[in-house]
Amino acid sequence: MIADKMIFILVIFGITLLIATYLTYFERKVAAFLQDRVGPNRAGPFGLLQPLADAGKMFFKEDFVPSAAERALFILGPGIAMFTACMTGAVIPWGDTLHLFGRDISLQVADVDIGLLYIVGFVSIGVYGIMVGGWASNNKYSLFGAIRASSQMISYELAMGISLIAVIMMSGSLSIREIVEQQFDGWNVIYQPVGFLIFFICALAECNRAPFDLPECETELIGGYHTEYSSMKLGFFLFAEYINMFISAAVISTVFFGGYHFPFMQELGLPANVVSLLGVAALFLKIFFFLFVFMWIRWTLPRFRYDQLMHLGWKVLIPLSIINMVLTGGFMLLKDYLW
Amino acid sequence: MQSLTNRSKLVVNKKMTFWERIYLPAIFGGMRITLRHFFKKNKTVNYPEVKRPFSPVYRGMHVLKRDENGAERCTACGLCAVACPAEAISMVAAERKPDQAHLYREEKYAATYEINMLRCIFCGLCEEACPKEAIFLTDRIVPASLEREEFIYGKEKLVEPVDQRIDISLRQIKSYPQ
Repeated sequence: MIADKMIFILVIFGITLLIATYLTYFERKVAAFLQDRVGPNRAGPFGLLQPLADAGKMFFKEDFVPSAAERALFILGPGIAMFTACMTGAVIPWGDTLHLFGRDISLQVADVDIGLLYIVGFVSIGVYGIMVGGWASNNKYSLFGAIRASSQMISYELAMGISLIAVIMMSGSLSIREIVEQQFDGWNVIYQPVGFLIFFICALAECNRAPFDLPECETELIGGYHTEYSSMKLGFFLFAEYINMFISAAVISTVFFGGYHFPFMQELGLPANVVSLLGVAALFLKIFFFLFVFMWIRWTLPRFRYDQLMHLGWKVLIPLSIINMVLTGGFMLLKDYLW
Repeated sequence: MQSLTNRSKLVVNKKMTFWERIYLPAIFGGMRITLRHFFKKNKTVNYPEVKRPFSPVYRGMHVLKRDENGAERCTACGLCAVACPAEAISMVAAERKPDQAHLYREEKYAATYEINMLRCIFCGLCEEACPKEAIFLTDRIVPASLEREEFIYGKEKLVEPVDQRIDISLRQIKSYPQ
Protein backbone atom coordinates (compact mmCIF):
# COMPACT_ATOMS: atom_id res chain seq x y z
CA MET A 1 0.00 0.00 0.00
CA ILE A 2 2.71 2.41 1.04
CA ALA A 3 4.90 1.25 -1.83
CA ASP A 4 2.09 2.01 -4.27
CA LYS A 5 1.79 5.48 -2.82
CA MET A 6 5.53 6.08 -2.99
CA ILE A 7 5.69 5.04 -6.63
CA PHE A 8 2.68 7.18 -7.43
CA ILE A 9 4.21 10.19 -5.68
CA LEU A 10 7.42 9.73 -7.66
CA VAL A 11 5.47 9.42 -10.90
CA ILE A 12 3.45 12.56 -10.19
CA PHE A 13 6.58 14.41 -9.15
CA GLY A 14 8.36 13.32 -12.31
CA ILE A 15 5.44 14.25 -14.53
CA THR A 16 5.13 17.65 -12.86
CA LEU A 17 8.81 18.39 -13.38
CA LEU A 18 8.75 17.09 -16.94
CA ILE A 19 5.72 19.18 -17.86
CA ALA A 20 7.22 22.26 -16.21
CA THR A 21 10.43 21.68 -18.18
CA TYR A 22 8.62 21.37 -21.46
CA LEU A 23 6.34 24.29 -20.66
CA THR A 24 9.35 26.54 -21.21
CA TYR A 25 9.68 25.02 -24.66
CA PHE A 26 5.99 25.36 -25.45
CA GLU A 27 5.96 28.89 -24.11
CA ARG A 28 8.61 29.85 -26.61
CA LYS A 29 6.98 27.95 -29.43
CA VAL A 30 3.55 29.44 -28.75
CA ALA A 31 5.08 32.90 -28.47
CA ALA A 32 6.83 32.37 -31.77
CA PHE A 33 3.76 31.09 -33.58
CA LEU A 34 1.60 33.93 -32.26
CA GLN A 35 4.18 36.35 -33.62
CA ASP A 36 4.66 34.64 -37.01
CA ARG A 37 8.07 33.27 -36.03
CA VAL A 38 9.57 29.78 -35.88
CA GLY A 39 10.75 29.52 -32.28
CA PRO A 40 13.52 27.25 -31.00
CA ASN A 41 14.40 24.70 -33.68
CA ARG A 42 18.12 24.09 -33.34
CA ALA A 43 18.49 21.65 -30.43
CA GLY A 44 17.18 18.32 -31.61
CA PRO A 45 14.24 17.76 -33.97
CA PHE A 46 11.87 20.76 -33.78
CA GLY A 47 14.11 22.07 -30.98
CA LEU A 48 12.72 19.45 -28.60
CA LEU A 49 15.97 19.25 -26.65
CA GLN A 50 15.94 22.99 -25.98
CA PRO A 51 14.81 22.63 -22.32
CA LEU A 52 17.72 20.25 -21.67
CA ALA A 53 20.13 22.71 -23.25
CA ASP A 54 18.66 25.50 -21.12
CA ALA A 55 18.98 23.41 -17.98
CA GLY A 56 22.57 22.53 -18.84
CA LYS A 57 23.35 26.19 -19.34
CA MET A 58 21.71 27.07 -16.02
CA PHE A 59 23.80 24.49 -14.17
CA PHE A 60 27.09 25.67 -15.61
CA LYS A 61 26.54 29.37 -14.98
CA GLU A 62 28.42 31.01 -12.15
CA ASP A 63 26.43 30.71 -8.94
CA PHE A 64 26.82 34.26 -7.72
CA VAL A 65 25.83 35.61 -4.32
CA PRO A 66 26.14 39.41 -4.00
CA SER A 67 28.37 40.49 -1.12
CA ALA A 68 25.68 42.69 0.38
CA ALA A 69 23.04 39.97 0.23
CA GLU A 70 21.69 38.14 3.26
CA ARG A 71 23.37 34.88 2.39
CA ALA A 72 21.16 32.35 4.15
CA LEU A 73 17.89 33.92 3.07
CA PHE A 74 19.25 34.45 -0.43
CA ILE A 75 19.71 30.72 -0.75
CA LEU A 76 16.46 29.93 1.06
CA GLY A 77 14.29 32.04 -1.29
CA PRO A 78 14.36 29.88 -4.43
CA GLY A 79 14.14 26.79 -2.22
CA ILE A 80 10.85 27.94 -0.69
CA ALA A 81 9.49 28.86 -4.10
CA MET A 82 10.34 25.45 -5.53
CA PHE A 83 9.19 23.53 -2.45
CA THR A 84 5.76 25.13 -2.25
CA ALA A 85 5.29 24.78 -5.99
CA CYS A 86 5.96 21.05 -5.81
CA MET A 87 3.76 20.52 -2.74
CA THR A 88 0.50 21.70 -4.27
CA GLY A 89 0.17 18.78 -6.66
CA ALA A 90 -0.38 16.40 -3.75
CA VAL A 91 -4.11 16.87 -3.32
CA ILE A 92 -5.18 17.03 -6.94
CA PRO A 93 -7.03 13.90 -8.05
CA TRP A 94 -5.33 13.00 -11.31
CA GLY A 95 -7.85 10.29 -12.05
CA ASP A 96 -10.30 7.76 -10.65
CA THR A 97 -9.20 4.57 -8.91
CA LEU A 98 -7.22 1.98 -10.87
CA HIS A 99 -7.64 -1.75 -10.14
CA LEU A 100 -4.26 -3.33 -10.76
CA PHE A 101 -2.78 -6.58 -9.38
CA GLY A 102 -5.85 -7.06 -7.20
CA ARG A 103 -5.38 -3.74 -5.51
CA ASP A 104 -7.11 -0.39 -5.71
CA ILE A 105 -4.70 2.37 -6.58
CA SER A 106 -6.10 5.80 -6.00
CA LEU A 107 -4.73 8.30 -8.51
CA GLN A 108 -4.41 10.98 -5.88
CA VAL A 109 -1.53 11.36 -3.48
CA ALA A 110 -3.64 12.40 -0.51
CA ASP A 111 -7.40 12.78 -0.38
CA VAL A 112 -7.23 15.48 2.25
CA ASP A 113 -10.70 16.59 3.29
CA ILE A 114 -9.56 20.21 3.23
CA GLY A 115 -7.84 19.83 -0.13
CA LEU A 116 -8.91 23.14 -1.58
CA LEU A 117 -7.83 24.97 1.54
CA TYR A 118 -4.49 23.17 1.37
CA ILE A 119 -3.90 24.39 -2.18
CA VAL A 120 -4.87 27.98 -1.40
CA GLY A 121 -2.64 27.84 1.67
CA PHE A 122 0.39 26.52 -0.16
CA VAL A 123 0.00 28.92 -3.03
CA SER A 124 0.01 31.80 -0.58
CA ILE A 125 3.10 30.44 1.16
CA GLY A 126 4.72 30.50 -2.26
CA VAL A 127 4.94 34.27 -2.08
CA TYR A 128 7.43 33.89 0.78
CA GLY A 129 9.97 32.49 -1.63
CA ILE A 130 9.69 35.58 -3.79
CA MET A 131 9.60 37.95 -0.82
CA VAL A 132 12.52 36.39 1.00
CA GLY A 133 14.56 36.14 -2.17
CA GLY A 134 13.81 39.70 -3.23
CA TRP A 135 14.49 41.15 0.18
CA ALA A 136 17.69 39.18 0.76
CA SER A 137 19.12 40.37 -2.56
CA ASN A 138 19.63 43.81 -1.02
CA ASN A 139 18.80 45.47 -4.31
CA LYS A 140 16.10 48.07 -4.72
CA TYR A 141 14.70 46.51 -7.88
CA SER A 142 14.49 43.12 -6.23
CA LEU A 143 12.79 44.69 -3.23
CA PHE A 144 10.31 46.45 -5.49
CA GLY A 145 9.58 43.18 -7.21
CA ALA A 146 9.11 41.41 -3.89
CA ILE A 147 6.79 44.12 -2.56
CA ARG A 148 4.77 44.09 -5.73
CA ALA A 149 4.56 40.32 -5.66
CA SER A 150 3.35 40.20 -2.08
CA SER A 151 0.78 42.96 -2.41
CA GLN A 152 -0.48 41.51 -5.67
CA MET A 153 -0.79 38.04 -4.19
CA ILE A 154 -2.63 39.30 -1.12
CA SER A 155 -5.05 41.36 -3.20
CA TYR A 156 -5.90 38.61 -5.61
CA GLU A 157 -6.00 35.82 -3.07
CA LEU A 158 -9.05 37.40 -1.47
CA ALA A 159 -11.09 37.39 -4.66
CA MET A 160 -9.78 33.92 -5.47
CA GLY A 161 -10.80 32.55 -2.10
CA ILE A 162 -14.25 34.14 -2.21
CA SER A 163 -14.90 32.81 -5.71
CA LEU A 164 -13.93 29.37 -4.43
CA ILE A 165 -16.32 29.70 -1.49
CA ALA A 166 -19.23 29.82 -3.94
CA VAL A 167 -18.06 26.50 -5.38
CA ILE A 168 -17.56 25.02 -1.92
CA MET A 169 -21.06 26.09 -0.90
CA MET A 170 -22.46 24.21 -3.86
CA SER A 171 -20.46 21.05 -3.28
CA GLY A 172 -20.63 21.20 0.50
CA SER A 173 -17.10 19.84 0.77
CA LEU A 174 -13.51 21.03 0.65
CA SER A 175 -12.23 17.69 -0.60
CA ILE A 176 -11.25 18.05 -4.21
CA ARG A 177 -12.23 14.49 -5.08
CA GLU A 178 -15.74 15.13 -3.82
CA ILE A 179 -15.90 18.37 -5.76
CA VAL A 180 -14.94 16.46 -8.89
CA GLU A 181 -17.42 13.67 -8.25
CA GLN A 182 -20.20 16.19 -7.79
CA GLN A 183 -19.53 17.60 -11.24
CA PHE A 184 -20.39 14.31 -12.97
CA ASP A 185 -23.85 15.64 -13.82
CA GLY A 186 -22.74 19.13 -14.79
CA TRP A 187 -19.43 20.92 -14.64
CA ASN A 188 -19.15 23.76 -12.16
CA VAL A 189 -18.38 26.26 -14.89
CA ILE A 190 -22.03 26.01 -16.01
CA TYR A 191 -23.29 27.02 -12.56
CA GLN A 192 -20.42 29.37 -11.72
CA PRO A 193 -19.34 31.20 -14.89
CA VAL A 194 -18.57 34.40 -13.02
CA GLY A 195 -16.77 32.46 -10.31
CA PHE A 196 -14.69 30.74 -12.97
CA LEU A 197 -13.80 34.04 -14.61
CA ILE A 198 -12.73 35.57 -11.30
CA PHE A 199 -10.76 32.46 -10.38
CA PHE A 200 -9.06 32.39 -13.76
CA ILE A 201 -8.00 36.04 -13.58
CA CYS A 202 -6.75 35.56 -10.02
CA ALA A 203 -4.86 32.43 -11.06
CA LEU A 204 -3.06 34.48 -13.69
CA ALA A 205 -2.18 37.03 -11.04
CA GLU A 206 -1.07 34.35 -8.57
CA CYS A 207 1.24 32.83 -11.15
CA ASN A 208 2.76 36.24 -11.93
CA ARG A 209 1.78 35.70 -15.53
CA ALA A 210 1.22 38.49 -17.98
CA PRO A 211 -0.77 40.73 -17.88
CA PHE A 212 -0.06 40.56 -14.13
CA ASP A 213 3.70 40.02 -14.30
CA LEU A 214 4.52 43.19 -12.40
CA PRO A 215 6.78 41.50 -9.82
CA GLU A 216 9.29 40.63 -12.50
CA CYS A 217 8.57 43.03 -15.32
CA GLU A 218 11.79 43.20 -17.26
CA THR A 219 11.16 46.65 -18.66
CA GLU A 220 10.69 48.36 -15.31
CA LEU A 221 12.47 46.24 -12.74
CA ILE A 222 15.08 44.38 -14.80
CA GLY A 223 13.66 41.07 -13.68
CA GLY A 224 12.22 42.18 -10.35
CA TYR A 225 12.76 39.82 -7.45
CA HIS A 226 15.26 37.63 -9.32
CA THR A 227 17.48 40.45 -10.59
CA GLU A 228 20.42 39.30 -8.47
CA TYR A 229 19.94 35.60 -9.02
CA SER A 230 21.97 33.51 -11.40
CA SER A 231 22.60 29.89 -12.20
CA MET A 232 20.22 27.25 -10.89
CA LYS A 233 18.85 29.57 -8.19
CA LEU A 234 17.37 31.64 -10.97
CA GLY A 235 16.40 28.39 -12.64
CA PHE A 236 14.48 27.36 -9.50
CA PHE A 237 12.50 30.61 -9.50
CA LEU A 238 11.60 30.30 -13.15
CA PHE A 239 10.90 26.61 -12.80
CA ALA A 240 8.68 27.13 -9.76
CA GLU A 241 6.68 29.59 -11.80
CA TYR A 242 6.04 27.03 -14.50
CA ILE A 243 5.09 24.40 -11.94
CA ASN A 244 2.67 26.89 -10.41
CA MET A 245 1.23 27.46 -13.84
CA PHE A 246 0.74 23.74 -14.33
CA ILE A 247 -0.89 23.36 -10.92
CA SER A 248 -3.13 26.37 -11.51
CA ALA A 249 -4.31 24.88 -14.77
CA ALA A 250 -4.90 21.59 -12.97
CA VAL A 251 -6.91 23.30 -10.22
CA ILE A 252 -9.02 25.21 -12.74
CA SER A 253 -9.69 21.98 -14.63
CA THR A 254 -10.62 20.04 -11.50
CA VAL A 255 -12.66 22.66 -9.71
CA PHE A 256 -14.52 24.17 -12.65
CA PHE A 257 -14.22 21.75 -15.55
CA GLY A 258 -15.03 18.40 -14.00
CA GLY A 259 -11.49 17.17 -13.37
CA TYR A 260 -11.10 13.68 -14.78
CA HIS A 261 -14.73 13.57 -15.84
CA PHE A 262 -15.49 13.55 -19.53
CA PRO A 263 -18.86 13.47 -21.30
CA PHE A 264 -20.57 10.06 -21.51
CA MET A 265 -18.06 8.68 -18.99
CA GLN A 266 -20.52 6.14 -17.52
CA GLU A 267 -22.60 5.50 -20.64
CA LEU A 268 -19.75 4.10 -22.75
CA GLY A 269 -19.78 0.84 -20.81
CA LEU A 270 -16.00 0.42 -20.90
CA PRO A 271 -14.03 -1.44 -18.23
CA ALA A 272 -13.40 0.64 -15.13
CA ASN A 273 -9.64 0.77 -15.64
CA VAL A 274 -10.00 2.07 -19.20
CA VAL A 275 -12.44 4.71 -18.03
CA SER A 276 -9.99 5.75 -15.33
CA LEU A 277 -7.13 6.07 -17.81
CA LEU A 278 -9.32 7.96 -20.27
CA GLY A 279 -10.25 10.23 -17.36
CA VAL A 280 -6.58 10.94 -16.71
CA ALA A 281 -6.15 11.74 -20.40
CA ALA A 282 -9.19 14.02 -20.30
CA LEU A 283 -7.81 15.87 -17.29
CA PHE A 284 -4.47 16.38 -18.96
CA LEU A 285 -6.20 17.55 -22.13
CA LYS A 286 -8.05 20.16 -20.08
CA ILE A 287 -4.84 21.15 -18.32
CA PHE A 288 -2.98 21.58 -21.58
CA PHE A 289 -5.82 23.63 -22.98
CA PHE A 290 -5.63 26.02 -20.03
CA LEU A 291 -1.85 26.16 -20.23
CA PHE A 292 -2.24 27.19 -23.85
CA VAL A 293 -4.76 29.85 -22.85
CA PHE A 294 -2.30 31.13 -20.23
CA MET A 295 0.37 31.50 -22.90
CA TRP A 296 -2.06 32.87 -25.41
CA ILE A 297 -3.08 35.61 -22.98
CA ARG A 298 0.53 36.37 -22.12
CA TRP A 299 1.42 37.01 -25.74
CA THR A 300 -1.72 39.02 -26.43
CA LEU A 301 -2.19 41.46 -23.58
CA PRO A 302 0.16 44.21 -22.42
CA ARG A 303 1.07 44.49 -18.75
CA PHE A 304 -1.22 46.31 -16.32
CA ARG A 305 -0.15 49.52 -14.70
CA TYR A 306 0.26 49.06 -10.97
CA ASP A 307 -2.73 51.21 -9.97
CA GLN A 308 -4.87 49.45 -12.57
CA LEU A 309 -3.83 46.13 -11.04
CA MET A 310 -4.90 47.27 -7.58
CA HIS A 311 -8.10 48.80 -8.96
CA LEU A 312 -9.01 45.58 -10.71
CA GLY A 313 -8.22 43.48 -7.67
CA TRP A 314 -9.87 45.48 -4.90
CA LYS A 315 -12.62 47.45 -6.62
CA VAL A 316 -13.76 45.01 -9.28
CA LEU A 317 -12.93 41.41 -8.52
CA ILE A 318 -13.55 41.39 -4.77
CA PRO A 319 -17.01 43.07 -4.95
CA LEU A 320 -17.87 40.87 -7.91
CA SER A 321 -16.85 37.73 -6.08
CA ILE A 322 -18.80 38.76 -2.98
CA ILE A 323 -21.91 39.40 -5.09
CA ASN A 324 -21.35 36.03 -6.76
CA MET A 325 -21.08 34.33 -3.39
CA VAL A 326 -24.20 36.01 -1.99
CA LEU A 327 -26.20 35.23 -5.12
CA THR A 328 -25.09 31.61 -5.02
CA GLY A 329 -26.15 31.35 -1.39
CA GLY A 330 -29.47 33.04 -2.20
CA PHE A 331 -30.22 30.65 -5.03
CA MET A 332 -29.36 27.66 -2.90
CA LEU A 333 -31.74 28.85 -0.17
CA LEU A 334 -34.41 29.54 -2.77
CA LYS A 335 -33.95 26.06 -4.20
CA ASP A 336 -34.32 24.48 -0.77
CA TYR A 337 -37.35 26.63 -0.08
CA LEU A 338 -39.16 25.88 -3.36
CA TRP A 339 -38.41 22.18 -3.71
CA MET B 1 -13.01 79.60 -32.75
CA GLN B 2 -11.94 79.93 -36.36
CA SER B 3 -9.35 77.30 -37.07
CA LEU B 4 -6.31 78.22 -39.14
CA THR B 5 -6.23 74.92 -40.97
CA ASN B 6 -8.98 72.39 -41.44
CA ARG B 7 -6.81 69.71 -39.97
CA SER B 8 -7.73 70.37 -36.35
CA LYS B 9 -9.88 67.73 -34.70
CA LEU B 10 -12.21 68.17 -31.78
CA VAL B 11 -11.10 66.00 -28.89
CA VAL B 12 -13.96 64.11 -27.33
CA ASN B 13 -13.30 62.70 -23.90
CA LYS B 14 -16.36 60.54 -23.98
CA LYS B 15 -17.07 58.16 -21.18
CA MET B 16 -16.67 54.51 -22.03
CA THR B 17 -19.84 52.50 -22.20
CA PHE B 18 -20.38 49.62 -19.80
CA TRP B 19 -19.53 47.16 -22.57
CA GLU B 20 -16.21 48.90 -23.15
CA ARG B 21 -15.47 49.22 -19.45
CA ILE B 22 -15.61 45.52 -18.70
CA TYR B 23 -12.73 45.10 -21.19
CA LEU B 24 -13.48 41.45 -21.82
CA PRO B 25 -14.86 41.94 -25.36
CA ALA B 26 -11.74 43.88 -26.28
CA ILE B 27 -9.56 41.17 -24.74
CA PHE B 28 -11.35 38.45 -26.69
CA GLY B 29 -10.95 40.56 -29.82
CA GLY B 30 -7.22 40.78 -29.22
CA MET B 31 -7.00 37.07 -28.55
CA ARG B 32 -8.83 36.38 -31.79
CA ILE B 33 -6.22 38.39 -33.67
CA THR B 34 -3.30 36.58 -32.06
CA LEU B 35 -4.93 33.20 -32.68
CA ARG B 36 -5.26 34.04 -36.35
CA HIS B 37 -1.53 34.66 -36.40
CA PHE B 38 -0.97 31.30 -34.69
CA PHE B 39 -2.18 29.54 -37.84
CA LYS B 40 -0.48 31.86 -40.28
CA LYS B 41 2.56 30.68 -42.14
CA ASN B 42 5.64 32.33 -40.72
CA LYS B 43 7.93 34.29 -42.95
CA THR B 44 11.18 33.34 -41.29
CA VAL B 45 14.12 32.37 -43.49
CA ASN B 46 16.17 29.71 -41.69
CA TYR B 47 19.42 31.46 -42.45
CA PRO B 48 22.33 29.05 -42.63
CA GLU B 49 20.25 26.44 -44.46
CA VAL B 50 18.19 28.80 -46.59
CA LYS B 51 19.70 31.94 -48.03
CA ARG B 52 17.77 34.76 -49.54
CA PRO B 53 19.03 35.62 -53.02
CA PHE B 54 21.13 38.76 -53.20
CA SER B 55 20.20 41.67 -55.37
CA PRO B 56 22.17 41.57 -58.68
CA VAL B 57 23.90 44.79 -57.75
CA TYR B 58 24.93 43.59 -54.29
CA ARG B 59 28.32 44.95 -53.24
CA GLY B 60 30.23 42.47 -51.13
CA MET B 61 33.82 41.26 -50.87
CA HIS B 62 36.17 42.45 -53.60
CA VAL B 63 37.89 40.33 -56.20
CA LEU B 64 41.01 41.14 -58.23
CA LYS B 65 40.33 39.72 -61.67
CA ARG B 66 42.71 37.90 -63.98
CA ASP B 67 42.46 38.17 -67.74
CA GLU B 68 41.55 35.26 -70.00
CA ASN B 69 45.16 33.99 -69.97
CA GLY B 70 45.29 33.98 -66.21
CA ALA B 71 47.44 37.10 -65.84
CA GLU B 72 46.53 39.68 -63.21
CA ARG B 73 44.85 42.71 -64.71
CA CYS B 74 45.84 45.17 -61.97
CA THR B 75 48.65 47.55 -62.91
CA ALA B 76 48.92 49.24 -59.54
CA CYS B 77 47.93 52.64 -60.95
CA GLY B 78 46.47 53.63 -57.59
CA LEU B 79 43.25 55.13 -58.93
CA CYS B 80 41.16 52.88 -56.71
CA ALA B 81 43.12 53.99 -53.66
CA VAL B 82 42.57 57.61 -54.66
CA ALA B 83 38.87 57.04 -55.25
CA CYS B 84 38.37 55.19 -51.98
CA PRO B 85 36.50 57.50 -49.57
CA ALA B 86 37.42 55.34 -46.60
CA GLU B 87 41.10 55.07 -47.53
CA ALA B 88 40.93 51.35 -47.15
CA ILE B 89 43.13 50.43 -50.11
CA SER B 90 46.92 50.47 -50.17
CA MET B 91 49.34 48.95 -52.64
CA VAL B 92 53.01 48.71 -53.59
CA ALA B 93 53.86 48.74 -57.29
CA ALA B 94 56.66 46.72 -58.89
CA GLU B 95 58.10 46.22 -62.37
CA ARG B 96 57.43 43.00 -64.22
CA LYS B 97 60.46 40.79 -65.00
CA PRO B 98 60.67 39.34 -68.54
CA ASP B 99 59.90 35.84 -67.30
CA GLN B 100 56.72 37.00 -65.50
CA ALA B 101 54.72 37.89 -68.59
CA HIS B 102 52.27 35.06 -67.96
CA LEU B 103 51.61 36.33 -64.41
CA TYR B 104 50.93 40.01 -64.97
CA ARG B 105 49.24 41.55 -67.98
CA GLU B 106 51.25 44.77 -68.16
CA GLU B 107 54.77 45.89 -67.29
CA LYS B 108 53.75 47.28 -63.93
CA TYR B 109 51.95 45.22 -61.32
CA ALA B 110 50.92 45.34 -57.67
CA ALA B 111 53.47 43.61 -55.51
CA THR B 112 51.17 43.97 -52.53
CA TYR B 113 47.55 44.99 -52.63
CA GLU B 114 45.67 45.32 -49.35
CA ILE B 115 42.10 46.25 -48.50
CA ASN B 116 41.21 46.84 -44.90
CA MET B 117 37.73 45.34 -44.71
CA LEU B 118 37.02 47.13 -41.44
CA ARG B 119 37.52 50.49 -43.16
CA CYS B 120 35.83 49.56 -46.40
CA ILE B 121 32.28 50.86 -46.75
CA PHE B 122 31.55 48.76 -49.85
CA CYS B 123 30.59 51.81 -51.90
CA GLY B 124 32.02 50.38 -55.12
CA LEU B 125 33.93 53.53 -56.11
CA CYS B 126 37.14 51.51 -56.54
CA GLU B 127 35.50 49.39 -59.16
CA GLU B 128 34.18 52.50 -60.86
CA ALA B 129 37.61 54.13 -60.84
CA CYS B 130 39.50 51.11 -62.18
CA PRO B 131 40.60 51.69 -65.81
CA LYS B 132 41.67 48.06 -66.27
CA GLU B 133 38.51 46.27 -65.09
CA ALA B 134 40.67 44.63 -62.45
CA ILE B 135 38.71 45.13 -59.23
CA PHE B 136 35.07 44.21 -58.75
CA LEU B 137 32.77 43.81 -55.79
CA THR B 138 31.08 40.42 -55.60
CA ASP B 139 28.15 38.85 -53.80
CA ARG B 140 30.48 37.10 -51.37
CA ILE B 141 30.35 38.16 -47.73
CA VAL B 142 33.40 39.11 -45.70
CA PRO B 143 33.39 36.52 -42.92
CA ALA B 144 33.48 37.54 -39.28
CA SER B 145 36.62 37.19 -37.24
CA LEU B 146 37.85 37.80 -33.72
CA GLU B 147 41.16 39.36 -34.83
CA ARG B 148 41.47 42.80 -36.39
CA GLU B 149 44.53 41.77 -38.36
CA GLU B 150 42.57 39.16 -40.24
CA PHE B 151 40.42 41.85 -41.81
CA ILE B 152 43.33 43.26 -43.81
CA TYR B 153 42.91 41.29 -47.01
CA GLY B 154 46.03 40.85 -49.10
CA LYS B 155 46.43 39.53 -52.60
CA GLU B 156 46.17 35.92 -51.45
CA LYS B 157 42.55 36.54 -50.51
CA LEU B 158 41.62 39.07 -53.18
CA VAL B 159 43.05 37.73 -56.43
CA GLU B 160 40.81 35.11 -57.96
CA PRO B 161 42.34 31.66 -58.33
CA VAL B 162 43.07 30.68 -61.93
CA ASP B 163 41.01 27.54 -61.71
CA GLN B 164 38.07 29.06 -59.79
CA ARG B 165 37.07 32.21 -61.62
CA ILE B 166 34.62 34.49 -59.83
CA ASP B 167 31.62 35.47 -61.89
CA ILE B 168 31.20 39.25 -62.04
CA SER B 169 28.98 39.42 -65.10
CA LEU B 170 26.10 40.84 -63.04
CA ARG B 171 28.25 43.80 -62.04
CA GLN B 172 28.99 44.60 -65.67
CA ILE B 173 25.38 45.02 -66.80
CA LYS B 174 25.14 48.75 -67.37
CA SER B 175 21.44 49.22 -66.83
CA TYR B 176 18.72 47.06 -65.40
CA PRO B 177 15.16 47.18 -66.68
CA GLN B 178 13.09 49.23 -64.27
